[in-house]
Amino acid sequence: MFEALLLQSGYNATLVTLGAAALGLATGAVGSFLFLRRRSLVPDAMAHATLPGVGIAFLVMVAMGGEGRFLPGLLLGAGCTSLLGLWVLQGLVRGTRLPEDAAIGAVLSVFYGAGIVLLTYIQGLGAGRQAGLEGFLLGSTAGMLRADVYLIAGGGIVVLLALLALRRALVMVAFDPGYARVMGLRPEWVDLALMALVLAVVLLGIRVVGAILVVALLITPAVCARMWTDRAGVMAVIAAAIGGLAGYGGAAVSAAVPGVPTGPVIVALCFAVFLGSALIAPRHGLIGRMRGGRG
Amino acid sequence: MTQAALAFDAISVRYGAVTAVDAVTAQIPSGAMTAIVGPNGAGKSTLLKAALGVVAPQSGQALFFGQALDAVREKVAYMPQRASVDWDFPIRVIDVVLMGMQRQLGLLRPVRAADRAFAMDCLARVAMTDFAKRQIGALSGGQQQRVFLARALAQRAALYLLDEPFAGVDAKTEAAIVTVLQALRDEGAAVVAVHHDLATVPEWFDRVLLLNRKLIAAGPVAETFTPDLLRQTYGGQLPPQKVA
Repeated sequence: MFEALLLQSGYNATLVTLGAAALGLATGAVGSFLFLRRRSLVPDAMAHATLPGVGIAFLVMVAMGGEGRFLPGLLLGAGCTSLLGLWVLQGLVRGTRLPEDAAIGAVLSVFYGAGIVLLTYIQGLGAGRQAGLEGFLLGSTAGMLRADVYLIAGGGIVVLLALLALRRALVMVAFDPGYARVMGLRPEWVDLALMALVLAVVLLGIRVVGAILVVALLITPAVCARMWTDRAGVMAVIAAAIGGLAGYGGAAVSAAVPGVPTGPVIVALCFAVFLGSALIAPRHGLIGRMRGGRG
Repeated sequence: MTQAALAFDAISVRYGAVTAVDAVTAQIPSGAMTAIVGPNGAGKSTLLKAALGVVAPQSGQALFFGQALDAVREKVAYMPQRASVDWDFPIRVIDVVLMGMQRQLGLLRPVRAADRAFAMDCLARVAMTDFAKRQIGALSGGQQQRVFLARALAQRAALYLLDEPFAGVDAKTEAAIVTVLQALRDEGAAVVAVHHDLATVPEWFDRVLLLNRKLIAAGPVAETFTPDLLRQTYGGQLPPQKVA
């Protein structure tokens, strides 16, 4: 295990670990802006809604005589049903009197249920090639191809660059959408761009972290970072660092200990950082508050 | 009157079945301070928001210096109501003021020392330089209001639209805001404020726009701020001792 953390357990494992770190950087940064926009639960629905897409894409690719586990193909399917889930969610919020949290719960459970039915059916096929699909639930680094890692890490870097370009617009819209509009920004476009970036990191993340837990890698780093700073930009940087470390650690442990899924390890690491931050962060932590700092 | 800084042209806003603003047409001149006055729910804030496109008007439009807002955005500064802002947001005072320079900064260019110095100048005009590095939520209501005025100043606009700038502020802030606004007026800018305290209207403002969903009257304070027109504006709600 320590070999893995020190990047000494072979080229492939090292690559996977670095890829997960790049993913964590992007996820943590995107999560900060989502947290500031108060949409923290939306990616949970989007992530669970990827599962039916993974199953459908697998079946389609096998039916076409191809390799069912081809990651770009699976992610394409995942993206389609995730967008469908987001569309249903928006429709429920706008077209009914359901509040957003209830709509999220409905979308999340229905799509997740459908996904599990599909994945169980695929498992029953015994097609031999289905091994690894269960990794989309809780995440796994087992059986990842080098091309998969390049896709995930490269995608993460693209997301980070997009965030760098959009940072000011994202902060202004999150702070006061009405004022942002008067200043010439279009809040609905900025929100759309943010959701596109969220979709991107969810898709990049489901293979490594798993659909169930990817939301933790989005939001926990942001919540931790908020305790350490009162500046939105600094918060995004800290959250990216925490996400990067958690991704790195999770992938390393998962690669070193066979059978340990990546997602739960990453979430456990994030939670440890959260506990530490809640305790010792200077102004917003427990100790800081007891010493008379403001909340 | 020369080209109006802001012309409301038959603006109507409806929220569901409720008409919040009913076909308001009026002109706001430059070089004057105009108070928008009316009872609660009269559509004062809504009229400003509709002109600025923050809420969509049912019909009508607003012209800024004779043009659509998109053509002259740089010249129009807006100070929203304090209640519209998330005060827990992780942002410092100086960064709020820099938001006012968004049009110059664009989305990509980093903030330079000169930008920061200019933002500090704006804070100095509202006596808030010492608070530049504080988180916005750590300020008092009056201090927050002054920061938002500094953000509007950072735009170097020719028209300032302020939504209840004096709501819930201390006497020191009140005086600071009035001084700054009067200086803007004397430099030739148009200043428009949604205002609640009738007693201070004649002292602070040059013109008044009386609104109760419909426009009741608009004009110089001496002619328009009369007991008769105020009674029309407020119906039975007007405390008589407040009439000038």
